[in-house]
Amino acid sequence: MPDHPFGKSIPRKEGRKKVTGEALYVDDLSFDGMLHGVTVRSPVARGRIKNILFEGDLPWDEFTIVTAKDIPGGNFVALILNDQPYLAAEMVNHPEEPVVLLAHQNKYLLEEARRNVRIEIDELPPVYSLEESLARKAIIWGEDNIFKKFLVDKGNVEDVWSSAHLIIEGEYHTGAQEQLYIENNGAIAIANSEDGVTVWGSMQCPYYVHKALVKLFDLTEDKIRVIQTETGGGFGGKEEYPSMIAGHAALLAWKSGKPVKMIYDRAEDMVATTKRHPSKTRHKTAVSADGKLLAMEIEFIIDGGAYCTLSPVVLSRGTIHAAGPYYCPNVRIKSQAVATNVPPHGAFRGFGAPQSIFALERHFDKVARKLGLTAEEFRRRNFIHEGETTATSQEIRERVDMEGLLNKALELTDYHAKTRRFAAERGGRVRRGIGFASFMHGAGFTGSGEVYLQSVVGAEATADGHVQLLAASTEIGQGTNTIFSQIASEALGIDFDLIEVLQPDTSKVPNSGPTVASRTAMIVGKLVESAVLGLKQTLIGSGFLPEAYSSQDFQKACGEYIDRFGSLKTAATYQPPPNVHWDDEKYQGDAYGAYAWAVYVAQVAFDELTYEAHVEDFVALQEVGRVINPVLAAGQIEGGVAQAIGFTLFENVVWKDGRMVNNQMTNYIIPTPADIPPIKVYFQENPYAYGPGGAKGIGELPMDGAAPAILNAIENATGLVFTEVPLLPEKLMEGMLAQS
Amino acid sequence: MARLLDVLREELKLTGTKEGCGEGECGACTVLIDGQIVNSCLVPVAQIEGSNIKTIEGVAPESNLHAVQQAFIDHGGAQCGICTPGMVLAAINLLDRNPTPSESEIRTGLAGNLCRCTGYMKIFESIVKACQSNR
Repeated sequence: MPDHPFGKSIPRKEGRKKVTGEALYVDDLSFDGMLHGVTVRSPVARGRIKNILFEGDLPWDEFTIVTAKDIPGGNFVALILNDQPYLAAEMVNHPEEPVVLLAHQNKYLLEEARRNVRIEIDELPPVYSLEESLARKAIIWGEDNIFKKFLVDKGNVEDVWSSAHLIIEGEYHTGAQEQLYIENNGAIAIANSEDGVTVWGSMQCPYYVHKALVKLFDLTEDKIRVIQTETGGGFGGKEEYPSMIAGHAALLAWKSGKPVKMIYDRAEDMVATTKRHPSKTRHKTAVSADGKLLAMEIEFIIDGGAYCTLSPVVLSRGTIHAAGPYYCPNVRIKSQAVATNVPPHGAFRGFGAPQSIFALERHFDKVARKLGLTAEEFRRRNFIHEGETTATSQEIRERVDMEGLLNKALELTDYHAKTRRFAAERGGRVRRGIGFASFMHGAGFTGSGEVYLQSVVGAEATADGHVQLLAASTEIGQGTNTIFSQIASEALGIDFDLIEVLQPDTSKVPNSGPTVASRTAMIVGKLVESAVLGLKQTLIGSGFLPEAYSSQDFQKACGEYIDRFGSLKTAATYQPPPNVHWDDEKYQGDAYGAYAWAVYVAQVAFDELTYEAHVEDFVALQEVGRVINPVLAAGQIEGGVAQAIGFTLFENVVWKDGRMVNNQMTNYIIPTPADIPPIKVYFQENPYAYGPGGAKGIGELPMDGAAPAILNAIENATGLVFTEVPLLPEKLMEGMLAQS
Repeated sequence: MARLLDVLREELKLTGTKEGCGEGECGACTVLIDGQIVNSCLVPVAQIEGSNIKTIEGVAPESNLHAVQQAFIDHGGAQCGICTPGMVLAAINLLDRNPTPSESEIRTGLAGNLCRCTGYMKIFESIVKACQSNR
């Protein structure tokens, strides 16, 4: 056992059961007498439900049937505005909206039954795109189709336009993206009025599900129990949606009195659950003759789908990241999330930031070109420094060295030599290009979010001297179990193997907040550190443990303490770092406690015959505070970059009448082992004072930079200016044909 | 008719074989049928009468991990773990056919198995390390 596990690549704690197939995911569980459950969904985008007919020659009396009128409590998924029903009662607002639930022990018969429920609907005019929504083609939500608006105003952009050397404008678009965790959404429920409701499921946020079920069943908190099973990927796709499927399984269990398992197949998961918000961004940028930013006006709009869900928060993060890691004295960002009659868009790694950063980093290559500067020189003249302020007037109080990161990234990729060589080699069938993006990502909840969350982590020693960590933060592949254990082991100075992480179960663990927003290592990890230090202080303070001790001494002391007092437990509650202020009204102040900073460089080969752009090489350089576990951290970056390459060049959600029509892995293409370039990951470590051992958040960062870097490289290769992702070969073909 | 995948998971309770897509794209349900690598979601159970099926549960029955499994643990080849049983079987099958694959042979050998977490780099590295430990 290493003396200091922090910073070492300790193998994943649950690795053995994952490589042997022993890890149990929700669909691997089974209960006596269990029924299967399915959802009958709206066939149309918008309308009024007239009638529900149960047709065909089926034994309908054998089925458990649930509609909105069977709901014991509130018919809404508790989240922000509570506007999304569990089951549509009178109106449907998007295709595939849940209307009826069915359960039966025979899942083949159940499928036949699902096909024989006919929902008759009087259709109403729908809105399918953010443009149609903004044009108020129909008012489909509230008074104006707008879920949320933000205005960030720093300085006064209006004072600048008339005197600027140049004003450069641009418009940029990003498409929807499916999270495509390989394990589909699923839940199992047992529910009755005596014992309450227990749910097992694949999820990121057990207490979100808990809160939603309390409202759905109108039960007290102690009557709802939510247990996270091993979770086969999340990426945001299991942030809010599990509240829906867990509620559906629980409603069927409540009515039938039997355990009910509900597992989506891939087609249903893709067509009905959340995706990344499509976006449109307009930039207007004023610069001086020497290439300094004078003013930035940014309009950022996202398509939220039919219900509010998490769109205001996604919009917030996208808004705050829209002006990037640059200093500009005058910034105005106007943003809005609008309603459309498509299934609600939701959380997906990066949470609005990949959209607005794509626009900015494409736009800044254009600004540089108009100024006659290189892409790197323009950025160099405008990078933010310690003591300067972001768009929300947050003064950067940590050391930040974007120039250093940029120089290093260009050196690592031999950027300048390659730029010259690729230019000289043009003329053949394959054109090569290189491009980069520089960006930052704030870790933890935005603004005062962490203060409202008031997260708690517990730690409990056992009589044989093991330490159990109690948190609702989930292991979804990113390494929560391992890094929490490393943090605890480091703080206590005891063997890594003495640390146990309890399975998240709301009847046993406190609410450490959702597993989202790159907050688990940095925010919750810090609470783990504080909680276990509380154990140590108690043992030392009570005289059972000397100041200097071994693992064995610690174990013995735990045993003696518990022998005397019965138990040894501590808890730590979130405290904000000092001098952090946020104004929710003006959207000004310290948006995030810490940022990760990065420069990513992509090299592409564009084939003029097939119109394919292939990423050949990728360098990801970032400053993320101290790295807790290099292999796990690099795994986060590599996986995020791969997902971002998919977002850029492969993953196209095809919409027809508000419905995803390519809802199969055959037709929605994610990168395979054959598609991914060597992804070279480099960390620079600048310890963050308020993270555990100096760590900052990293999970979402790698989603932000690849798309603009790749399109910048494609422009370098072809001279063509593309402003939209996904950029598929057919779009590249159109661009090339238009050029010639 | 039941698929091989359903029989493995529901009747034999061998839940290490996973369902990801049900259409032979993702490889989460990979098994070996008489040594051939196959997506068990595409195989009607009647087709395998008399065949020898190897699932992830059969890779290390004596609890001594296969070199590929150990390398996946040591080098970050598994994250969420849902693709891992299929990926491990595909890697073992590849190494049985070609004990020292090049990087491009590894990429081709795994092209039928999708992973959404790792970006594949650590999977490739795990396989290279498993080859070295086999020598």
